[in-house]
Amino acid sequence: MASTEARSLWWRAGPVLVVGAVLLAIWYAAAVWLNAPQVIERTLSSQPDWGATDLIRLTLNMDRPVLPAPHQIVLDLVDSIFGWPIDSPRNLLFHAAVTSSATLLGFVMGTLLGAVLAVLIVHSRTLERSLFPWIIASQTVPVLAIAPIVIVILGSIGLTGLFPKSIISMYLCFFPVAVALVKGLRSPGVMELELLHTYAASRSHTFWKLRVPASLPFLFPSLRVGIAAGLVGAIVGELPTGAQAGLGARLLTGSYYGNTVQIWSALVMSALLGLVLTGAVAFAERALTPGGRK
Amino acid sequence: MNALTLTLVFVALLALAVLSVRWLAAFDEHSMVGRFGTPLLFGAWVLVFWQIGVDVFDVPRVLLPAPSLIGHALVTSLPVLADDFAQTVLHSALIGLVAGCALGFVVGVLIDRSPFLQRGLLPLASLASAVPLIGIAPIMVMWFGFDWHSKAAVVVIMTVFPMLVNTLAGLAESGHMERDLMRSYGASYWRTLFSLRIPVALPFVFNALKINSTLAMIGAIVAEFFGSPVSGLGFRISTEAARLNMGLVWAAILVAALAGSVLYGVLGWVERRATFWHPSIRSGG
Repeated sequence: MASTEARSLWWRAGPVLVVGAVLLAIWYAAAVWLNAPQVIERTLSSQPDWGATDLIRLTLNMDRPVLPAPHQIVLDLVDSIFGWPIDSPRNLLFHAAVTSSATLLGFVMGTLLGAVLAVLIVHSRTLERSLFPWIIASQTVPVLAIAPIVIVILGSIGLTGLFPKSIISMYLCFFPVAVALVKGLRSPGVMELELLHTYAASRSHTFWKLRVPASLPFLFPSLRVGIAAGLVGAIVGELPTGAQAGLGARLLTGSYYGNTVQIWSALVMSALLGLVLTGAVAFAERALTPGGRK
Repeated sequence: MNALTLTLVFVALLALAVLSVRWLAAFDEHSMVGRFGTPLLFGAWVLVFWQIGVDVFDVPRVLLPAPSLIGHALVTSLPVLADDFAQTVLHSALIGLVAGCALGFVVGVLIDRSPFLQRGLLPLASLASAVPLIGIAPIMVMWFGFDWHSKAAVVVIMTVFPMLVNTLAGLAESGHMERDLMRSYGASYWRTLFSLRIPVALPFVFNALKINSTLAMIGAIVAEFFGSPVSGLGFRISTEAARLNMGLVWAAILVAALAGSVLYGVLGWVERRATFWHPSIRSGG
């Protein structure tokens, strides 16, 4: 038994590990290749004889490399997380907390807005015809383009900090939720609806006992999309204001000062945050929909 | 006019708006009036009330400029905006979109032959959807400079994974029956690919294209926040917003929105032509 289990684990994880290792090797090779011109120009050209080992050693440990080596990023991450107190602006966990609180607030607001819109659309033909096309159109526009304006507008009426960023997250979150919920609330067939009709169920009974449970399998995938989009919204929301804190601000200051290692570690941190957030939604899905997901 | 007449006029307009939208919404779903008229009329009424609201309540221009102001800015700065459009949409977004989708599709077709690579790459590609890839923008700006090349690179990175995942799912869509039929015809791998599997995969590919068209606009605009030459819609939006020139800001947003919608609409039109056999298109009529 144990051996088949181990084999199936290898069957699933093995290819990912191999591909990951190959990508890591490519990364190291690319780091050497991309950083080599600068290293040669700055340090090695003054030394008469230098070999490949010098080149590799120097290219993988540059201060401001074109492409930092993976171990440099990991070291920077570890240093920032464990080397500084948690509320210090040098600690990436602090920035991750700022960004994720904006994301979560926006996610909650966006989910509520999407749910309200979906319920309205499902129950009113007029709203469906007039509002639904605009909800779809609202997403073919690059919504993140509005981010700087939202920040400026809300800043001009005195709202700063967390709230404007979560508005942007909300804008990105509400759409997948609204569309999926409209689909999900409509998913009960004529048979089920007529059965409830024969029970003389009221409209609200039909809604809570049939439509809402039926919509859950549609809701959760859209929540996963929504929270990932919300994270992007929060990060982009931190760009235009010269925000002091947050992963977006880290990216921006890193790009101002040409500090590539800082950019990459902020990038890795936001990737990890994205995985944690979508993982949390997937966990909630498994907990709330017994019988597994669709 | 006193306040009472104003209120009466407003209520009458509101009633007219609600009634007219309801009247149009009752039209047959398949007629042009029912499909396009209702949302258009709804949008027009929103504009009317927006204008009235801004005028009556004297909303500060920074907060929400009137539609007329945006229209004025759009007309007077048309050359500037056309330049921005060319920079952001025609160069960054479109070139990046085409390159990213082509790359994702080709890689998808290639690794489809190797189950090992599929099992290795697919989880990584799906993970990429949870990661804010847009953060790569400052690095691309450092590598490829301020011009559109760096923005196109961001767009490529953002669009390649959805296309890869959808291509693989689409290629797996053709059933054993159909593949066995092709084999009994003695069709080669490539013949099966082009005559059966790619056509069957097209709905998935178009799905990815539509997702990517939105991502491409987002990527191109947001990447401009990290540094850009003196044109581009993202550059225009962020600099004019800093100068509180909100008319031009909203005009630039309008251009971006129209470009995104047109791109999406064109893709939808091509999709209906190319996958006319698919149930979701057939029943849609």
